[in-house]
Amino acid sequence: MSLAAAALVLGGALLAVLGALGLARMPTFFERVHPPTMGTTLGAWLVIAGSILHFGLVEGRPVFHEAAIGLFLLVTTPVTYLLLGRAALARDEATGSAPPPADP
Amino acid sequence: MNEASLIGLMLGAAQLLLGAAMALALVRLLRGPRAQDRVLALDTLYVNAMLLVIVFGIVAGTRMFFEAALVVGALGFVSTAAAAKFLLRGEVIE
Repeated sequence: MSLAAAALVLGGALLAVLGALGLARMPTFFERVHPPTMGTTLGAWLVIAGSILHFGLVEGRPVFHEAAIGLFLLVTTPVTYLLLGRAALARDEATGSAPPPADP
Repeated sequence: MNEASLIGLMLGAAQLLLGAAMALALVRLLRGPRAQDRVLALDTLYVNAMLLVIVFGIVAGTRMFFEAALVVGALGFVSTAAAAKFLLRGEVIE
């Protein structure tokens, strides 16, 4: 286990907790969608990179199994947030409450 | 402080931070206020739990946790997509 792998994992965890903090503190739904993506993209990739580095060093050969999780997150995160955003827009229109913020 | 204990400290801190992230997502899940906020919080909870499982695997030094993390990630995606689709269509039909 190298110090570099532990630093990568710690950095990823830091980004994940920052994203969750933003999720808990932002005032409206459309602002709350943004912060968790920090944890689901760069945060997850840093943790996965740390895992790849660690198991590569332990087993003495390159292992890339964890990259599958990174690829999976890369594909699925935009899909889920797009669906959620559409659902939120449709619900706001149906109830006539809390319109999305206008373009600045 | 030698290198091994420093690494153990960093991995423990990473696990604590990921647990704190799950707790913050749980706060949003319980506070709402609307259904889409809860679904978003559930998705964040799932991703943070998956990262925590990966870190568990690094600490334990086995590759068994990789499959568990993959399953958690897949279940999180399917459940969030299904819940979002339900919110979208249920409201339109009503």
